[in-house]
Amino acid sequence: MADLDAHELHVSVVSADAELWTGEARQVVARTLIGQIGLLAGHEPVLGILAEGEVRITTPDGEVIAVSAQNGFLSMQNNIVTVVAGAAELV
Amino acid sequence: MGAQLREYRARIKSAQTTKKITRAMELIAASRIQKALGRVRSSAPYARAVTHAVSAVATYSNVDHVLTTEPEKITRAAIVVFASDRGLAGAFNANVLRASEELATLLHGQGKEVVYYLIGRRAVGYFSFRKRGFEKVWTGDTDEPQFATAQEIGETLVAKFIQGEDEGGVNEIHIVYNRFVSMLTQEPEVVRLLPLEIVEGVEDPGGTEVFPLYEFEPDANTVLDALLPVYIDSRIFNAMLQSAASKHAATQKAMKSASDNADTLIRDYTRLANNARQAEITQQISEIVGGADALSSAK
Repeated sequence: MADLDAHELHVSVVSADAELWTGEARQVVARTLIGQIGLLAGHEPVLGILAEGEVRITTPDGEVIAVSAQNGFLSMQNNIVTVVAGAAELV
Repeated sequence: MGAQLREYRARIKSAQTTKKITRAMELIAASRIQKALGRVRSSAPYARAVTHAVSAVATYSNVDHVLTTEPEKITRAAIVVFASDRGLAGAFNANVLRASEELATLLHGQGKEVVYYLIGRRAVGYFSFRKRGFEKVWTGDTDEPQFATAQEIGETLVAKFIQGEDEGGVNEIHIVYNRFVSMLTQEPEVVRLLPLEIVEGVEDPGGTEVFPLYEFEPDANTVLDALLPVYIDSRIFNAMLQSAASKHAATQKAMKSASDNADTLIRDYTRLANNARQAEITQQISEIVGGADALSSAK
């Protein structure tokens, strides 16, 4: 919450036995049980259960990283986004 | 005399063979510890993320969940014992089994019925030898635990916990496993898994800052519903990984001292064999000298 001017998110994608990806991102788009959610820096803290589908992470260079995170969840606090799933996979 | 020497040599040979085996096992265990510790380390971000999320829900909402509420009366408790599939690991299995026996005595003392869930063939052996019943067993991947197994165990336990008491459900679940402290020390650890007590990982919102408002999607209840089983799976997976690392460390230690003992045996028997050989030579000489004496005095 302290860093509202920051324009970047710090994202990490975590599965049960490894941290799959971690880095800076401009935007994270995911599908929770009640619909799409887009996260930019400065978003309020969120904790959402992910529905089927991919989580798309846009890096500052515009590259898009897609992650399949079945039965996972996503949490955001202080511009730190964590995508967690037992069997997360980079697509 | 010759017979004794032969016996010593046979013993030296057998100690040497044993040493070769124990040395090999020691080296194998040493290489596996690193791998197992690596797995413990790389599963840490997941455990942290899950714990953090559960704490967030617990802190920023006031939901009562069946998995966190303390039942009024506990009649039946489950103990999950994390042992290993193989022995030759010093006191590894004995420690965890003893810790679970102590816990069982304690629970019996509180008037609770105890049911067991076992992980690892060694625990199964211990229980079947004593002709004691157990509810369910998982064997086969204690050396390299798979997350799928942890999920299966978690599912079984949660189902049992939610089940009514009259239908054989349990009100309390404890896990007993060996925690990896260091290469030399592994301590049996007893943790109550359910009902959950979440203590760690809550981020202090800070004195001056506004208490952060959390947005839950879809809502706090559903989030907690989905998160708690995941949290339990992650705790179980962590216990399995810790137990695996401890097992390898215990094996390495046990095999190291077995190799050292074999060394001592070899040294002792070599001395005895040398003694016996020397005695044999001395006797032969005295026989020859005695014989020559007898011959010369007979002339």
